[in-house]
Amino acid sequence: MSLPLHTLAQVEGLGPTPKLLKLLALPEALATELPLNRVAVDLRHPSSGKVLLAALAAADFGAAFGTIDHVPEAREAGLPLIHSLRRGDVAGSGDVVRVESSPGRVGIVHRRGANANTLLLTERCNSLCVMCSQPPRDEDDSWRLAEALDVIPLLDHDIEVLGITGGEPTLLGEGLGRLLEVVRERLPSTRLHILTNGRLFSDPGLVRTVSAGVDAVTWGIPLYAEVARVHDDVVQASGAFDETLEGIHNLAEAGHDVEIRFVAHAMSLPRLPALAEFIWRNLPFSGHVALMGLEPMGYARKNRDRLWVDPADAAATVADAAIYLARRGMPVSIYNVPLCLLPRQAWPLARQSISDWKQDYAAECEGCAVRTACCGFFISADATWRGQRIRPLSAAEMSEASA
Amino acid sequence: MRSRFASRGPGGFGLLPVRSTRLPSLSGRLLVTNEAGEFALLTEAEHAALLDGTLPRGTAAYDALLARHMIHEGQVAVPLRLLATKLRTKKAFVLEGPSLHIMVPTLRCDHSCGYCQVSRRRMDEAGYDMSPTHALAAVDRILESPAKALTVEFQGGEPLLAFDVIQRVTEEVTRRAAGRSVTFSMTSTLHHLTPEIAAFLRDHAFQLSASIDGPAAVHDSNRPVPGGNSLAKTLQGVALAREVLGPANVAAITTVTRSGLEQPEAMVNALVSLGFRSLFLRSVSPFGFAVRSARRTGYDMAAFLAFYERALRRILELNRGGLAVEEAYAAVLLRHMLTPFHSGYLDLRSPAGAGLGVLVYDHDGSVYASDEGRMLGATGDPTFRLGAVTEPLAQLMASAAMETLARGGVAEEQPGCRDCALVPWCGSDPVHHHATAGDVAADRLSSDFCQRHMGLFDLLLGLLEHGDAATRDVLLSWATRRWGTDGAPLA
Ligand code: SF4
Ligand code: SF4
Repeated sequence: MSLPLHTLAQVEGLGPTPKLLKLLALPEALATELPLNRVAVDLRHPSSGKVLLAALAAADFGAAFGTIDHVPEAREAGLPLIHSLRRGDVAGSGDVVRVESSPGRVGIVHRRGANANTLLLTERCNSLCVMCSQPPRDEDDSWRLAEALDVIPLLDHDIEVLGITGGEPTLLGEGLGRLLEVVRERLPSTRLHILTNGRLFSDPGLVRTVSAGVDAVTWGIPLYAEVARVHDDVVQASGAFDETLEGIHNLAEAGHDVEIRFVAHAMSLPRLPALAEFIWRNLPFSGHVALMGLEPMGYARKNRDRLWVDPADAAATVADAAIYLARRGMPVSIYNVPLCLLPRQAWPLARQSISDWKQDYAAECEGCAVRTACCGFFISADATWRGQRIRPLSAAEMSEASA
Repeated sequence: MRSRFASRGPGGFGLLPVRSTRLPSLSGRLLVTNEAGEFALLTEAEHAALLDGTLPRGTAAYDALLARHMIHEGQVAVPLRLLATKLRTKKAFVLEGPSLHIMVPTLRCDHSCGYCQVSRRRMDEAGYDMSPTHALAAVDRILESPAKALTVEFQGGEPLLAFDVIQRVTEEVTRRAAGRSVTFSMTSTLHHLTPEIAAFLRDHAFQLSASIDGPAAVHDSNRPVPGGNSLAKTLQGVALAREVLGPANVAAITTVTRSGLEQPEAMVNALVSLGFRSLFLRSVSPFGFAVRSARRTGYDMAAFLAFYERALRRILELNRGGLAVEEAYAAVLLRHMLTPFHSGYLDLRSPAGAGLGVLVYDHDGSVYASDEGRMLGATGDPTFRLGAVTEPLAQLMASAAMETLARGGVAEEQPGCRDCALVPWCGSDPVHHHATAGDVAADRLSSDFCQRHMGLFDLLLGLLEHGDAATRDVLLSWATRRWGTDGAPLA
């Protein structure tokens, strides 16, 4: 199962402000091109052998992750030391960590090798979707952009995809364009996936500020219905449908790659067949269409009465729409819908979409023949959200189907 | 600048441009289309309420019209922008310029088909082959055209009787078109295909269409040739072409004459058993000698439509049984109906393909706007002769012939078509209307072109509406496969 993203720890000599560090095992730390004061050397394994902390301090390394036995030597050398992590496996070599002194805490900003890495740029938003899993907060959080700019140089160069979420990242205005420029310079081969409602891109001026994103960014933009009345109702913002469509067109005309995203619930699901046709007819240039099951977090839990549909019914409608688009040559994926709810024909379109750290299986999944290919569930989806029709598939059934 | 706010009727909505038409297959409903070819089907009552402005908000019909930008709710900027994008997508060919270049290397032919469209010449007549000078000038014109993807097609006469011309043009275009995508194709009886010629065609990735009119009894009576056995000789050529070029590069093109009309199923079965998986069933066109021999080979359009419906149903039945066969013309029409794109087929578009999308280089150095225009030229009517192949493309494009074409070339402006809900899927054929009704802008009431397309669209809509899921899937798969600029499906 998945690892938590924080753990308590003893932190010595780091000063009062939190620090972002790249945690590297000694051989990699010695070879890195990063400024060494941004690097924490990981000495927690016995195989690290005997290392002179004074030498690390002299080389200007930012800190060391060690054991309680390192304390006297670190103090002597003046090297900040993090030790006695409550869960040592939370932070591993290659991760980018945020270290706080009091109370001593290690948070994972980026985990090397995770299937999804995201930077959250703001918690503010200009919409208020009824099913929002991370409800917005209207606070000044401009420090997040500063931190993101600080993190980017510490990320591994071979990260394939870096996600950017919010809140609504376009509320950063020109800050977003600046961030894109930094990413392109520091991580030239990384693709960015940015979740936005696209409304502010109805201003072509804002589209010009993100021109660094052409050929590097996929803009994931949701549409919940084929008519404004219903879409605006879902996002609780009048005029949003028109603004989003203008935004999508402005992006596409400037050469950007746009992905259309849909989340299935009781308000949106009845619109999906017509929405699929709308996408095909109006947005055939979309690079990808993602049809998603609901994550029962945030407002989705609060608005359960308005939103819940049996996931099996949702799966059937989602599968039909996905097949409709796929037959027309559009790249389409189904996210967050378990395989046992989908018709076999839609399986090739289903992805293991849920980030490691919030993914789980149900009791029923024990012994299921397709478990390793199935997305399973959000941890937050308890039995009342999963419905009655989850059932393990037997190997016999599988071979029958493929025969 | 357009206004962001537009007035609304009593029901709170306003109208965007739509056309509606009643069609027999729709059992009382009306077809409503927008400019980009999206469609909705409405009952008479819904249609009346649409025109009154009283259709109730939020009903299924209301939302269907709203989502297809046929009505608006006061804010028109976004619907108009989306409509404009859709129209640009559907009509993207307008910006391409001539992309299909048809060469007639010779008028000579050993066949003497009753319906022959080209006023053929006998095998031994001299002076009907294209001269090297004209062939090289044609290459200049082809390369002057701005189209990104070019198709060079050889027709006749029997083009293989002048293989030296084909060879010269193909090599010259290949050498000089570096970096541009060029497709070569040829329509031929294949009687004169040799292993050497086949290897040349393979090396230049030719796509071949073999003229096959049906079972031997039908084909051989349609296509008399000295010594007889036309079909058998064509099939020898087909076998050789399949072996050398690959079966996917050899298609059948079938002209349906009166003798072929009787047994549509047998016609389909015959073509399929000969190994063809892409059929193209064409009615006889009223050009060249065909007009004169109409009594012998001709028939009225209703008879062709009845034939076509039975043939199509047989093809669909074969598909449901697991054999993937398509009818290429249905595929063109379905692509127009069911997708945001145009098929690229040059004989069914608006503005018309003639001159704007196609140029024909005749054996004698004349340039025509279309093959039909060339046949009119051969029978003494030079209306669609753009000029000589030695004139620069810009000059040919500024000819009086092009002005005439422009007048009749936009279907959306023609009497009849202007108000027809099928017009976004249909096209305009000014050369045909000039030939049959005396004017490029003749109205469509008496037009067999219109009758044919009304009938075909009605048939396909009926199958889409009332057919079973398997039938609809087959029709959709024809619409969504990939197409080349000349309307030919890409393998
Ligand atoms: S039983 Fe569990 S693992 Fe198997 S398909 Fe269903 S949700 Fe997936
Ligand atoms: S030719 Fe006939 S079917 Fe086609 S658009 Fe014109 S009126 Fe309609």
